[in-house]
Amino acid sequence: MKILIYGYGNPGRQDDALGIRLTENIEKWIISENISGVETDCNYQLNIEDAARISESDIVIFADATIEDIDDLAFTTINPDDSKIEFSMHAVSPAFVLDLCRKIYNKCPETYLLHIKGYEWDFKEELSSNAIINLEKAIKFTKQKISEFIKRNRIAK
Amino acid sequence: MNKITIEPVTRVEGHGKVTIHMDDNLNVAQTRLHIVEFRGFERFVQGRPYWEAPVLVQRLCGICPVSHHLAAAKALDVIVGAGTGNGLTPAGEKMRRLMHYGQTFQSHALHFFHLASPDLLLGYDSDPALRNVIGIALKHPDLAVQGVMMRKFGQEIIAATAGKKIHGTGAIPGGINKNLSIEERDRFLKGADPLNIDKMIEWSLSALELFKGYHKQNKAFIDNFAVFPSNHLSIVRKDGALDLYHGVLRAVDKDGKKILNDVDYQEYYKHINEEVRSWSYMKFPFLTSIGKKDGWYTVGPLARLNTCDFIPTPLAQNAFEEYKAYTNGKPNHSSLHMHWARLIETLHAAEMIKILLNDTDLQSDNLVTKGKKQFEGVGVIEAPRGTLFHHYKINEDDQITMANLIVSTTNNNEPMNRAVNDVANKMMTGKKEITEGMKNAVEVAIRAYDPCLSCATHSIGTMPLDITMYNSNNEVLDNYHS
Repeated sequence: MKILIYGYGNPGRQDDALGIRLTENIEKWIISENISGVETDCNYQLNIEDAARISESDIVIFADATIEDIDDLAFTTINPDDSKIEFSMHAVSPAFVLDLCRKIYNKCPETYLLHIKGYEWDFKEELSSNAIINLEKAIKFTKQKISEFIKRNRIAK
Repeated sequence: MNKITIEPVTRVEGHGKVTIHMDDNLNVAQTRLHIVEFRGFERFVQGRPYWEAPVLVQRLCGICPVSHHLAAAKALDVIVGAGTGNGLTPAGEKMRRLMHYGQTFQSHALHFFHLASPDLLLGYDSDPALRNVIGIALKHPDLAVQGVMMRKFGQEIIAATAGKKIHGTGAIPGGINKNLSIEERDRFLKGADPLNIDKMIEWSLSALELFKGYHKQNKAFIDNFAVFPSNHLSIVRKDGALDLYHGVLRAVDKDGKKILNDVDYQEYYKHINEEVRSWSYMKFPFLTSIGKKDGWYTVGPLARLNTCDFIPTPLAQNAFEEYKAYTNGKPNHSSLHMHWARLIETLHAAEMIKILLNDTDLQSDNLVTKGKKQFEGVGVIEAPRGTLFHHYKINEDDQITMANLIVSTTNNNEPMNRAVNDVANKMMTGKKEITEGMKNAVEVAIRAYDPCLSCATHSIGTMPLDITMYNSNNEVLDNYHS
């Protein structure tokens, strides 16, 4: 089983970096714990080539900052049927990537979006203090999820 | 006067809207593409050490960070005394060129496969929910795979030259901080299909043929959609060749006469000025010698193929000759021929990548040039969507004291407004309601320029755009939200 943790955002725009920071932390954890089958990736935003990237995985967790009114974190299942026309030609949504993956590679990995609430979006690299708190929660949550997925796979075998 | 507003424009990055004012007889009286964000970046970099700029400027925009990275580095080459253009070591210049042509290749591929080809292959009036690469994947899966893989190839070139995918550090003042390993080179030259340069050239040729085939069957539409006379501006190599990385500034008028004759871009400010208009935060650049009214110009693929004399790679040159023959050697003013020009540039970028990959200078360790420090520098590059200017001044403490950026989308502000005006006049005269076809026609006109409004306005995130129609009393007649 292959799990992909994929963070996206602009690390030069303060809390927009939350997805990237999460991915960096998870990558360190994977290495230190010697966990196999889990990969990380990140970029400024999702785009069409990510359909190829996720086609190589069984489970995908996209991680992104959000300004939406959520409690710290929100973890949702991505349904490729929810793919909508994109307002931007330069970035696409997780559902769009998954739908494209399904249509051109005939693969539909189990895909989730972890939204992490951000607060400040200035031209800075440092996260806001509230975002740092949410990042810690997100790291803990993601480690737990990865462990659950690995355990579930062992049982299935 | 009646007024129509369009916001948001689908598949355009950033925040903007289109308003169309109608008179009492429902004739289009005025159209405007509004950009409603702030320009805060120039002030943000003031006080920062100059050597941070090539990384800092990538905070502007996650869409074309490589272009900003390279334009900033080119400006700082001047400041560290490495001069412009041929002042760098061969490895320094060629690694940057490889990064830039990789960026152009993936950006143009995205535009064609995700944006232009759905309109061409599925029809401008087809279901908007499927008029994108998803629709292409359903009807033409092989093409969708090509789009995805061409993007991926270009992204991997960028990662190999810039050092990483996000906030690359490859270009530094005076050169580059890494060369290309033999392993990296061979991966791009001899990688398993489809991720090798020969396949990318083959696919670039087939994409060009696809456009030409569509054009043959739809000449009236392609040739007459959003056509208006314009000046055109770009950098060209000193001998007149197309060069996306470095050259002199050249502009031609609507008939092809040179109106800016191969000048050094270090003095761009003597030739280009920017007008502020009260209804838009995005400025309107113009050629100073001609003035605000008639001095505006177009940048990007269409402009580049109007200003250059030839293309220095064989396959793209063949395509260029055919393209130029279509307008009898005169400048091309058709907005939808932008796609044609963009695909010729895609092919050129692929050919350039192959030439560079076979150049052993890329394995050299001689990466950086330094000289006598200067206190001002300008960097100009042909970004995928057009000419990009970065201008910095520094003080004795190496802090940036002034920054001025003119991005491609800002350069195309007036042409995009003209394109919207042309389409509105043809499709909305006498109408009180906005149909899906009208809305998409306006969007097709804007999208042909591949604008990046978040880059132009330095905003964060994306913002779609609406269409609203107003009558002569400024009352809303109709509104279309994408």
